[in-house]
This record gives sequence, structure tokens and C-alpha cells, in this order.
Amino acid sequence: MTTSSSRGSIAILGTGLAGMGHAGGATEQEIIARASCLAIERSGLRKSDIDGIITSSLTSPWWVMRMAEYLGIRPRFSDSTMFGGSAFIADLKIAQMAIDAGECENVLICYGATPRSAPSSSKINQMRAELDPQPYEHPYKAFNPVSSYALAAARHMYEYGTTRRQLAEVAVAARQWAQLNPDAFSKKPLSVDDVINAKMISDPFTTLDCCLVTDGAGAIVVTSSRRAQALHEKPIYVLGSGFAHWHRQISCMEDLTVTPAVESGRKAFAQAGLTPADIDVVELYDAFTINPILFLEDLGFCKKGEGGAFIAGGRIAPGGAFPMNTNGGGLSCVHPGMYSLFLIIEAVTQLRGEGMARQVAGAQTALVHGNGGVLSSEATAILSSQR
Amino acid sequence: MPDIGTPQSATAQACDQRYFGALTEGRFEIPRCLSCGRHHFYPRLCCPYCGSQGLQWVAPSGHGTVYSVTIVRRAEGDYTVVLVDLEEGPRLMSRVVGIPVEQVRIGLAVRARIDATDEGPLLVFTAREELS
Repeated sequence: MTTSSSRGSIAILGTGLAGMGHAGGATEQEIIARASCLAIERSGLRKSDIDGIITSSLTSPWWVMRMAEYLGIRPRFSDSTMFGGSAFIADLKIAQMAIDAGECENVLICYGATPRSAPSSSKINQMRAELDPQPYEHPYKAFNPVSSYALAAARHMYEYGTTRRQLAEVAVAARQWAQLNPDAFSKKPLSVDDVINAKMISDPFTTLDCCLVTDGAGAIVVTSSRRAQALHEKPIYVLGSGFAHWHRQISCMEDLTVTPAVESGRKAFAQAGLTPADIDVVELYDAFTINPILFLEDLGFCKKGEGGAFIAGGRIAPGGAFPMNTNGGGLSCVHPGMYSLFLIIEAVTQLRGEGMARQVAGAQTALVHGNGGVLSSEATAILSSQR
Repeated sequence: MPDIGTPQSATAQACDQRYFGALTEGRFEIPRCLSCGRHHFYPRLCCPYCGSQGLQWVAPSGHGTVYSVTIVRRAEGDYTVVLVDLEEGPRLMSRVVGIPVEQVRIGLAVRARIDATDEGPLLVFTAREELS
């Protein structure tokens, strides 16, 4: 198989987490700064070495300027592309292009939010709706984003016989992983029946099919692989990445059972020169229980329609044959509005063998996959401890 | 058939005004491309399939099929949110009314209707056949 010359050209150095769960009154800017300082320190770098920054916000269009100003960084390169929750995995591609082109050397990718301790006011929610008008969907009062994903789940169940219990198993496995992770938010024991019998909000989803709303911030530093080997004991190489977006609104999604993960995954695997069989641990954005089922199919881990059977019977739970979402996921670990940066950080933890009770033995290669909007934007990256 | 407006003078909202203006007058109309012949929805100034700006507004048959459905559970009452595939091709979000929410299923044959609501005219759908 031919591989791209950019395969593994950048690597992840330090990572940082802050304000996980409940930030205790700190603002989002403060917890992002804390996570960023940690990530820089753990990269063997000083703040003055950071010459690139990538971040984005669900609220402020000026976010990268605000964060760079707060941290005291005058970047040679910056980007703030807004793809929704998938953004921070797409950012790996953007950072790679900038570093490979010689625009900068050390890029800080950071994000955080505090929707649990400081929920958006109705004024801010209304402002968001006005700035991103959807006059052909808004009048029908969907409970979004839940209803949009529920429409996808209903169609998948109709076409492929995916069951309510299979959806619930995704949430149950996530909870079992969360119980092994000291940073996870929800650890109370959970059964398939608990998920199915919870309050229905938008059929077929109950409250427990939906991700958490928590505080949390994450940060990582990436640099060229050449520099990385001198700076860090265990650089994690970005072997391949890709992103794609096909629509914004669920009514404009061509086939509700096929996501742009088909394209983002194909690009990432092609650049890495790997196939799904080469992956040891998988971290998928589980905003809702249908998501991992769709992504496993679209990324090629199983055939279209077989995702429900693929995850069933505890296969994705701790001790199962297919370790997935090992931090507890957006369903049980952390979900501050946009989540994909936490997927990268968990994969790095696993590939460095620092997962403690939840460590997947011998994990060398990980796939991370982020989702944004309403199955609108998808981003995939393949990470490895070996170049 | 009035056209959508010239690209120079129109804004994106021109299409919205044209669409909702027709609904207010009791007409459900969508754009059809004069170049490739395809209908599209939501209404745009250029065809999303071939890029042509030559479009006309036409009345679809109003017949469609439910592509997917969710029931939104609210304290004030349950209602459906559906995606309907029109006979002419385009898909749109709507609501099926007139039958119990549990009977709104994927594949249900539906017909468009314009309802007056407090917030303006709303395109909804009703079942085309008696349900057994």
C-alpha cells in the first residue's frame, strides 16, 4: 500500500485537562488556560515556544484571538475553523498542514466550556438561533440536537433492524468504562433496562441515550515528529487524518444511515496506510447512542447495517473484544458542548500505557473519530506510539 | 410563474420571503431547475445539483412518504417531527397531524396541508389513506 509522505509528520506531545465535571465557578477561559499551561509544561516547552494556536467556541466568533490574548501568545499561525464538535480532530489536519509548510513549529489546540456550572441564558440560546437561522426546520419545534439524531436512529432501526436494546448497550458499556476512570463524571451502575425505562424525550431516545452536559477543558500540543522525539519520551504520531462535511441541517442529509465518516475515515486510513484491522483501541464521539453504531459501519469496522450486532453482548465494554470509548465517552465521562479533543487525549493516554485500571493492554494504534452538528461534519485521525 | 429574482438584487432571504409569502396565500411552491429539471428544498437562488440560477417556482403534487419520524415528548403534549420525501424528490422537515402520534410510521403515505398557526402558516402533512 502506498502511503502519503505526510504520514506521521506531526506528533502529539503533552496533554492537559482542567475543570472536568464541574469547574467550581471558574470561567471557560480560565479552565482552558489551566489545561493549556499543563499541556505546554508536559511537552517540555515554554509558553514562548508556542507559535501556533487553534481553538473554537460555540458562542464567540473571536475565540482564537481572545484565547491567544489571554495566554499571551502572538501566534505565527492560528485557525478557528468551526465544524462543531468534530473540530479538534479536524484541527490535527490543519496543524499538520501548517507545520509541514513551515508556518509554525509548536501548535496548541485547546477547548473548554462550562455548560454545567454556568448554563447558557435563554438570551444566548436565542442569539445562537438568530445567528444560525434554520427557517425550514425551526417551526417544527424539534428538540434539537436530540430529535435530529433520533430521526437517524429511527431510520437505522427501520432499515437494518437495529434494536432499542443495542442502542442501550452503547450507554451501558460507556458507563462501565467510566467506572474505571477517575476523571469521569457519571459512575452510578447502569443497565440496559435503566436506559430503556428512563424518560423518553424524542423517540427512540430516552435521557440516558444522550450525552452528558458537563464542564471541562482540554489542550494538546503538536509539533513536527522530528522535534517531538527530542522533546518527549513518548510522542504520539498522527499517522493519518481527514475530515468531511456534507450538510448542516438533518433535513438536508441525503441518507440518514450514512455519515460523512465514510469520507473522513477513508482519508485517514489512506494517509496512514492502515486498515481497521490494524487498530487496537477506538474512541468515537458518542453524543447519542446511535452515533458509534453509525461510525463503526462508516469507518469500515463492520458492514453497513451490522453496527448494532457488532457492539452487542458486551463487545465494546471493559474486557470485551473491541475496546471502545475507554474514558466513558461523552455519555458518561465528559461533554462540554464539543467533545472531540477529549477523544484525542484519551487515545494518547491509552497509547502511552497510562490508562491505569482502564488500560487496554498493548495498545499501539488508536482511531479517534469526532462528529459535529447533526451528523454534519466528521473528522477521523489515526494515532500511534510507533511512526 | 414569478421568478426568484436576479442574483444581483436578491439576498438569501428573498427565497424565504417568496416561499413563506406563497404559504400565507395558501400555496405550497418549491423551486425547480430549468436547466437540470430537478426540484430542490429548501429554496435557494441556485440549483444545489447543477449550479444553475435559472429556476422557477412550481406547485408540487403535495404527495410524499415519511422517510423518518421521531415523537417529541413534551409536558404540554406529544407531537411528531418527520422528514418527508416529496414525490418530486426533495426532502423536508414537517409534522404529521390528524392521527395518533404512535401511528406515524416510516413509509406512511402523506399529503401536504397548510395550517394557520399563531406563528404563521405551517406546512404539515396528513395520512393519505385510512389507517387500519
